Amino acid sequence: MADAEIKNLTLNFGPQHPAAHGVLRLVVEMDGEIVERCDPHIGLLHRGTEKLIEHKTYLQAVPYFDRLDYVSPMCQEHAYALTVEKLLGVAVPERGQWIRVLFSEITRILNHLLNVTTFAMDVGAITPTLWGFEQRELLMEFYEGVSGSRMHAAYFRPGGVHRDLPAGMADNIRAWCGTFPAVLDDLERLVTENRIFKQRTVDIGTVGADDAIAWGFSGPMLRASGVPWDLRRSQPYDTYDKVDFDVPVGKTGDCFARYLVRMEEMCQSHRIMIQCLDALAKVTGPVSADDRKITPPRRAEMKTSMEALIHHFKLYTEGYKVPAGEAYAAVEAPKGEFGVYIVSDGTNKPYRCHIRSPGFAHLQALDFMSKGHQLADLSANIGSLDIVFGEVDR
Amino acid sequence: MPLMEFFTTHWLGQLIVIVAKCLAVTVPLLVSVAYMTLADRKIWGAIQLRRGPNVVGPFGLLQPFADGLKLFLKETIIPSGAAKVLFIIAPMITFVTALVAWAVVPFDDGWVIADINVGILYLFAISSLGVYGVIIAGWASNSKYAFLGALRSAAQMVSYEVSIGFVLVTVLLCSGSLNLSEIVRAQTGGIHHWYMWPLLPMFVIFFISSLAETNRTPFDLPMSEAELVAGFHTEYSAMTFGLFFLGEYANMILLSGMGVVLFMGGWHAPLPFAPFTWVPGVVWFALKIATLLFVFSWTKGTIPRYRYDQLMRLGWKVFLPFSLFWVVATAGVIAFARGH
Repeated sequence: MADAEIKNLTLNFGPQHPAAHGVLRLVVEMDGEIVERCDPHIGLLHRGTEKLIEHKTYLQAVPYFDRLDYVSPMCQEHAYALTVEKLLGVAVPERGQWIRVLFSEITRILNHLLNVTTFAMDVGAITPTLWGFEQRELLMEFYEGVSGSRMHAAYFRPGGVHRDLPAGMADNIRAWCGTFPAVLDDLERLVTENRIFKQRTVDIGTVGADDAIAWGFSGPMLRASGVPWDLRRSQPYDTYDKVDFDVPVGKTGDCFARYLVRMEEMCQSHRIMIQCLDALAKVTGPVSADDRKITPPRRAEMKTSMEALIHHFKLYTEGYKVPAGEAYAAVEAPKGEFGVYIVSDGTNKPYRCHIRSPGFAHLQALDFMSKGHQLADLSANIGSLDIVFGEVDR
Repeated sequence: MPLMEFFTTHWLGQLIVIVAKCLAVTVPLLVSVAYMTLADRKIWGAIQLRRGPNVVGPFGLLQPFADGLKLFLKETIIPSGAAKVLFIIAPMITFVTALVAWAVVPFDDGWVIADINVGILYLFAISSLGVYGVIIAGWASNSKYAFLGALRSAAQMVSYEVSIGFVLVTVLLCSGSLNLSEIVRAQTGGIHHWYMWPLLPMFVIFFISSLAETNRTPFDLPMSEAELVAGFHTEYSAMTFGLFFLGEYANMILLSGMGVVLFMGGWHAPLPFAPFTWVPGVVWFALKIATLLFVFSWTKGTIPRYRYDQLMRLGWKVFLPFSLFWVVATAGVIAFARGH
């Protein structure tokens, strides 16, 4: 036995792994239980969304955005709709804007409920997930009510939203808002003050404010590190400048801070939802731009008006032409800054569509966050990143 | 030859009696294991605001048998890189050790297969052997997840056995016997005579350690699905997995049984007068075990999982010194009481 060489243990983590949150594949180098290096291998869910969008009309591209981060579909449609509206130069009627804000916040709660509870599952608590899923189910019914689909809604479209809320929907949402705080309280009592949960998350995967900015963090990940940056506040879109809400900011930048920020954001979303419902009770009128070259005519109108019928046919076959130019618009998606950059060459299809997804930026920091931690902390870190592979791989 | 004489003196008769006794313990035990899995799932279901299994049979009562049948009919897959013999032996070890320990557990006064006077030591020894099944499984699988899981599991079981050992010492200091029936008899006379009151901290430590010993939440690291997929039994399928699973649940029942014998007065009724004494002792014994098992499931439904180093710290830096101190304190109190 001369010099025995000690090799690190290389562990292939995923893509079929219960904690891989989809199809994450990590090659982890470990010294015993300590993670020395973890190398994310992405691309297993790559569908070429950006390229596909180049071959679709502007309206046909909308559903692709649902399928990016399938946990928060409408926020992504929102970014796309805002970009196209910027290029077209159309304004969305106020009622449409309120509905968009309402559903953006429903989406935020949908997303955070899933993330917070699966994060708890990553550190071993099985119950919160099922509690969260019940609420998600109720929220998805609102999705279904407005769009006919529980997840892939295609509801926010350039020019506004597809349709007004069906009768009774606002009351149902308000009733749900009445019950939600109690659910959130239960969740908080079960998880937040649990000693084991704290032991597993406090001081794990700490990211300082400077590092968070350097790694391109946004959304709750950035705010948990102590940077008060929220696009809804810093560059309000739609009616976000008219609602009253707080931007929760963490102090420590660890997994626990990220968890707390998301919990508080759900409370704030709940606040915004109620304000939206109040506004919707007062604001009437159309929900999408009154421009027949962009938004389709009403169904009833098509029965009598030849012109409306032609508009409908043209919109759903050729689509509309967008003036040449380029535009970028970003929204505060639940996971962070979700941006869409479109270059138009004046035809009915985008010349180029680039998607800026927050999860992609967050995932690159996983190695930085997990180095020197235990293998168990790696799972906690993945859970707190809130990544969904639909948007990482696009 | 009269029948009675045949069963007591002839070797064949004695063999028949022994086999019958073993079956009388094993069959109800396996049925309870089956229903423990169902109860577990029902309790989690209730905690998680859902129904749990309710399709197979009335209230899902046939679910465990459906599961068992499914596991039985599946193909046993042996990975090509595995050490085949060890790979198959490992689940058997786990399963068998979980069953043989029951030989010394008294279900009622005199209802015990082997009333040996070192019962506690036997239990302790057998429960330590269970770790072989785990570590052999992890090694023989030739998989990194299984290997890491087995290492964790072995370290964890060994660590918590140390504090369980000290807990046992305090109990036998109090009862003055290693025979489990004697320990139960020493707690005669109602709920206030049970050892769980004077030795309450030890009872708590015993319960937490038995969670660790059986790899249950919050100590389910060896099979923590968020990190190690399924820990030491990642590569197991069909009935080889089934044996691990049965062994794990049999172990949970065993440790609950130990807890009942050591701290909760075994077969004794909680109040030593009618109508409580009308209920047979074995029923009280089963009810007490069920109570402890409920806490097992409840724990699993409500709390997260420790990290490996936190678990070791709890075992060695908290439980070990504390139980050691309590052994010395108990011994001191008993010596003092004898002196007067």
